[in-house]
Amino acid sequence: MSPEEMKNNKIQEFTVDALSKYPGKVAKKRSKSILTNNPEAALEIQANVRTIPGIITQRGCTYAGCKGVVLGPTRDVLNLTHGPIGCGYYSWLTRRNQTRPETDESANFITYSFSTDMQDENIVFGGEKKLKQAIIEAYEIFKPHSIAVFSTCPVGLIGDDVHQVCAEAEKELGINIFGFSCEGYRGVSQSAGHHIANNKIFTDVVGINDEPKPGKYTVNLLGEYNIGGDAFEIEELFEEMGITLTSTFSGNSSIYDMERAHTADLNMVMCHRSINYIAEMMEKKYGTPWIKVNFIGAESTAKSLMKIADYFDDEEIIAKTKAIIEREMPKVKAVVDEVKKTTRGKRAMLFVGGSRAHHYQDLFNEMEMEIVAAGYEFAHRDDYEGRKVLPDIKVDADSRNIEELTVTADPERYDASKQEKKVKKEAEGYLFENYEGMMPEMKKGTVVIDDISHWESEKLIEHFKPAVFCAGIKEKYAIQKMGVPLKQLHSYDYGGPYAAFDGAINFYKDIERIVGTKIWSMIKAPWENEPELVGEVYTEMQ
Amino acid sequence: MLLRHTTDEIKERKALTVNPAKTCQPVGAMYAALGVHGCLPHSHGSQGCCSYHRSMLTRHYKEPVMASTSSFTEGSSVFGGQSNLVQAINNIFTIYNPDIIAIHSTCLSETIGDDLKQISQKAKEEGKVPEGKYVVYANTPSYVGSHVTGYANMVKGFIRSFAINTGKKTKKINVLSGWVEPSDMREMKRLSELMKVEIILLPDTSDVLDAPMTGKHEMYPKGGTKLEDIVEMGNAKATLGLGHWCTNDAAIQLENTCKVKFTIEELPIGIRATDRYIQALSRLGAVSVPQSITDERGRLLDMITDMHQYLAGKRVALWGDPDILIPLTEFLVDMEMKPVYIVSGTPGKRFMKKMEELLSEKIPEAKFKNGLNADMYLMHQWIKQQGVDLLIGNTYGKYISRDDGIPFVRLGFPTIDRVGHSYFPTAGYQGAMRLLEKILNVLLDKQDAECPEEKFELVM
Repeated sequence: MSPEEMKNNKIQEFTVDALSKYPGKVAKKRSKSILTNNPEAALEIQANVRTIPGIITQRGCTYAGCKGVVLGPTRDVLNLTHGPIGCGYYSWLTRRNQTRPETDESANFITYSFSTDMQDENIVFGGEKKLKQAIIEAYEIFKPHSIAVFSTCPVGLIGDDVHQVCAEAEKELGINIFGFSCEGYRGVSQSAGHHIANNKIFTDVVGINDEPKPGKYTVNLLGEYNIGGDAFEIEELFEEMGITLTSTFSGNSSIYDMERAHTADLNMVMCHRSINYIAEMMEKKYGTPWIKVNFIGAESTAKSLMKIADYFDDEEIIAKTKAIIEREMPKVKAVVDEVKKTTRGKRAMLFVGGSRAHHYQDLFNEMEMEIVAAGYEFAHRDDYEGRKVLPDIKVDADSRNIEELTVTADPERYDASKQEKKVKKEAEGYLFENYEGMMPEMKKGTVVIDDISHWESEKLIEHFKPAVFCAGIKEKYAIQKMGVPLKQLHSYDYGGPYAAFDGAINFYKDIERIVGTKIWSMIKAPWENEPELVGEVYTEMQ
Repeated sequence: MLLRHTTDEIKERKALTVNPAKTCQPVGAMYAALGVHGCLPHSHGSQGCCSYHRSMLTRHYKEPVMASTSSFTEGSSVFGGQSNLVQAINNIFTIYNPDIIAIHSTCLSETIGDDLKQISQKAKEEGKVPEGKYVVYANTPSYVGSHVTGYANMVKGFIRSFAINTGKKTKKINVLSGWVEPSDMREMKRLSELMKVEIILLPDTSDVLDAPMTGKHEMYPKGGTKLEDIVEMGNAKATLGLGHWCTNDAAIQLENTCKVKFTIEELPIGIRATDRYIQALSRLGAVSVPQSITDERGRLLDMITDMHQYLAGKRVALWGDPDILIPLTEFLVDMEMKPVYIVSGTPGKRFMKKMEELLSEKIPEAKFKNGLNADMYLMHQWIKQQGVDLLIGNTYGKYISRDDGIPFVRLGFPTIDRVGHSYFPTAGYQGAMRLLEKILNVLLDKQDAECPEEKFELVM
């Protein structure tokens, strides 16, 4: 057997083992979400479909995607959860969105949790009055710039008109107040919540302030949430390059800057899954072109920085950018060369997010580790197979639930010059809205699994014995009990930053520590490794 | 400042909760179900509920928290969750093979009116529940009560489903453990063993959420109350509930269905509440208290008298669950500390009544509130009006602690930034000693860090 056949056989064995435990229908459905990668063939993976009830999944809900992911990191919007207390509680500070308010007095509500704490009488008689009252109280006490209202499951079921209440309150209070119909059940995962968040930010926030941020070249960074301070690393680089960051959606962000995002020259998309909607809509309405960037991995960071610099055709910016890369790469290389002594050839698995399982492969590749398996928690086919498959993705009933906004050019704010620039750059071979997806960049003979279940994770580990498994908090300790270290790629295990050059160095060192530690070899007590005690036992000293 | 918008100006709030001192029912039901051996908690609602509850419990215990979900979508919310749940039951038994599935509802499934009893019955009739396997349920609407209520409802659900009075009384005492840590449950068992009283502890998360690293993941660790023991609870001599909020309903259920008489005491936190636990065991088990326990108590008293000067008069703010706050307040008052601000988001009239009993004479300046809008924001505003020397409560207190430079002892759920609570108890005399050690450490560390150099003491 050739090594390739052996590899495929091994994956086949795993797949059969994993699926054989499932009831027939479950096995059939899951088999479409598990495949052996072949970048040369146009393989189709099943993604963004319902999780089968009873399967232990990594996924969360629409509310989590909307409030937790997209809006949560913005410091000066007062995020009010309309519902029973739990949803607001669990999304209170748990996502590590770091933020740096401009001054000691600037608004920062990230440390607060606001909820209408719905009670049974609100379920029976409706919660609109309580919501209205809560908005008024929030305004009177905290005087926020804007208030965002997030609907939880019962809100949609009892028919509270959150949008109407927001509109009324906005009229009375004179600040921007907007609501999200992000009830947990709206979609098959967090992903629906991202889309809902994108839509509302687009209609109610972006474009309401036409004052551009001063700067020669202005950009927005979309889909960077500043977990562990990632955005700070990236911001520093932009500053040094001479690029002005108008707004970030939404790490270390201010709602004020989001309002004027349409004034920027270029949109850069980091997490394609959670934010591509707004990039597309902004292009249609304001003419802002968008490019895909990635600041996870030193090589990717360098490539992305050069791509941004190239866009502006400014020799000074290009020179500055090159200087940064020339300064940073040797530092990175020195560390990675050292780290490779420990990491080279070790196996990694990544099952997380909607872009992280892809982006983080760059860091592992830089350490010369072997990615044996990867998959997303809530991504769509385009995140696996690339945007080229977008026209072929079937819109099922669950996706149809999420409103697709009809967007047309803004008569006043559409900036045709941005599109002219795009056409010119395209002619030079510059790529816009290009996301190739995860699978083309993974090696042949690796395992790709969408929405992996707990059972499948255990089987993967049994069959492939990775040196590190990357996932989230729910998976962490179950995997570690199996003797395999788990690196959290949602919360970074409270470490980071991992973005850009310094972030890459942090990550290499963390992984070196994780795959290099000898502590796992001590799990067995010395007497557990010895044969059964034989011979005489003295009960008293002679 | 981390909480820069919190001022001393208190405006009345009727609808807005800020920085809650409670969370919702299902997480309590999930925790309670993990304390039954071979049981998989199942969340009947959207995926997010299960994901949030598992995440929070996992952060608190740093242990696997396995649970499944009905994965509602818009369709199931419109047409009802029956088919999701029946399918889930079939899948769970086939794939994850628990002995028991403990279903709890959510605000979603409660609002649409799913009947858990009928659906579990249907699953059984359709042959989705294998022989010798069980499905139990508890209604845990998130818009009623708090996480504590959910815990109580799930424990009641286990009793309702399993306890049987066969007419053969045993000498055993049922102990309903209340929402405490695995370490505390272990301590309750240790004390009863010293007393030579045979107890059945329900639930029991020791050896589940403090499981050793073995290199093998056990879906169902060796701990947890055994099913046959829950059945046996119906034949017990008596039931002792620890904490009114968490155990009252289950104790009543057991008396109603199995005629087992019950008493409810506070959770054994501090001197007198532990005294009452020991006395109750002694009375119900008809045994005398061994010297070793009296010695433990003596060591606690010794420690308090040794260090009394650092404790007396210190103003303390507390937040959390009533079952913990009541005995904790009693303990602090016994040490002549001053619990001046106390909030709990968990409703229940008994809270105000007990606090008045404990505080109105001895600490007339104390402010306390529970239920709606009794949140950490209100407590922090009280602190802004007049400061405190010490904070005791869950991890969310660290923001107040840092902003206002107040020593902070972590206690209660969730504690997600420190370890130890799973392994070292707060309950019992030894637990009180640990709590006392933690209190003294933070108070004395502050003195050491902040006193003028000439006042820096070697011996304290």
